Amino acid sequence: MNTKDIVYVALFAALMAVLGLFPPFTLPITGVPITAQSLAPMLAGAILGARRGALSVVLFLVLVALGLPLLAGGRGGFGVFLGPTGGFMIGWAISAFIIGFLIEKFWNRLNVVNTAAIIAFGGIVVLYGLGNAWVAVAVDISYWKATVGSLPFLVGDALKVFVATGAALAVRRAYPLVSHA
Amino acid sequence: MSLANGLYQDRSSPLHRVPAGVKVLALVIVGTVVFLINDWRILLAVLAGVTALYGIARFSPRVLWAQIKPLLWLLAAFFAVQLWLNDWQAGLVVVTRLASVVLFAGLVTLTTRVSVMLAALERAMTPLRVVGVNPEKVGLAFSLVLRFIPVIASVASEVREAQKARGLDRNMIALSVPLIIHTLKMADDVADAIEARSYDPIEKA
Repeated sequence: MNTKDIVYVALFAALMAVLGLFPPFTLPITGVPITAQSLAPMLAGAILGARRGALSVVLFLVLVALGLPLLAGGRGGFGVFLGPTGGFMIGWAISAFIIGFLIEKFWNRLNVVNTAAIIAFGGIVVLYGLGNAWVAVAVDISYWKATVGSLPFLVGDALKVFVATGAALAVRRAYPLVSHA
Repeated sequence: MSLANGLYQDRSSPLHRVPAGVKVLALVIVGTVVFLINDWRILLAVLAGVTALYGIARFSPRVLWAQIKPLLWLLAAFFAVQLWLNDWQAGLVVVTRLASVVLFAGLVTLTTRVSVMLAALERAMTPLRVVGVNPEKVGLAFSLVLRFIPVIASVASEVREAQKARGLDRNMIALSVPLIIHTLKMADDVADAIEARSYDPIEKA
């Protein structure tokens, strides 16, 4: 990690906090709120790569744990990690790492289809896999029930995969960072 | 509520004076123990104990309520699920367990300044030097985040204004791409500025 890497990691963590300031927009019919904040782990992995991307999410999460109200809705503190959604937050770091790892692997062959597939895999399959396991253990319900309970949020996250793919490919053209990693 | 102080609330209480490291350790122990207990009577006693600690920390019931309020719907839903699948005792176990942990964690956050927590974290990381973690670098990263949140927030609102003029203020890609590129450019400038001042955390190690 040279100075530049540290600054990328730190400024992306700050960006993640800023995305939490955007007012959440509520999905019609289901009423599930969607925040821009959970876009950040996808973007961090896809733009900074595995190591820096995951570290920037970890840095953000440590600041939240220390008591800064940086989560969307002004929440923070240790409590949010121990609550039922804690697994999704730990999962953000892991999903950023996996997305970053795959993006690095396919860097020279990236297109809309494989980028979207990578982001969907890390940002939905891996994230929900971990998050739902946590919910199941924390509130003592079966894994299957936890998965069904999380389905309404899937719409928002599918939308985010679409946005993150567009943004990641545009930034890759304008400001490629992974090739120098 | 300022960013530098976070969720900390100043009071003069014995709990505010307990070292940050001890409080975090206590949280880890409480968090582990409540998941090992399966008797709702003991868990109810734990919850009562945690609630009493709010009194010792001189927090009004309003502060306690603010901690538990965001969870209320979720707790009610979990109770209902347990009631449906098992019985009310099982529901009470899940609810008291979660409420105890979240309230205790909230207490740690409310009684400890972010700067104190950060200092404790940096001290705790010193042994990690052996495996290649440099506490100075981590410290730099932390201060950079705190410094740049307001800066990036103002860039975000500039971008939003600019895209609004183009009728693109509801297009998430049109909003995020300029914001990301601006952030990365800024990171390059900041890194150059830091290096121009001969900052070298490796030397100190």
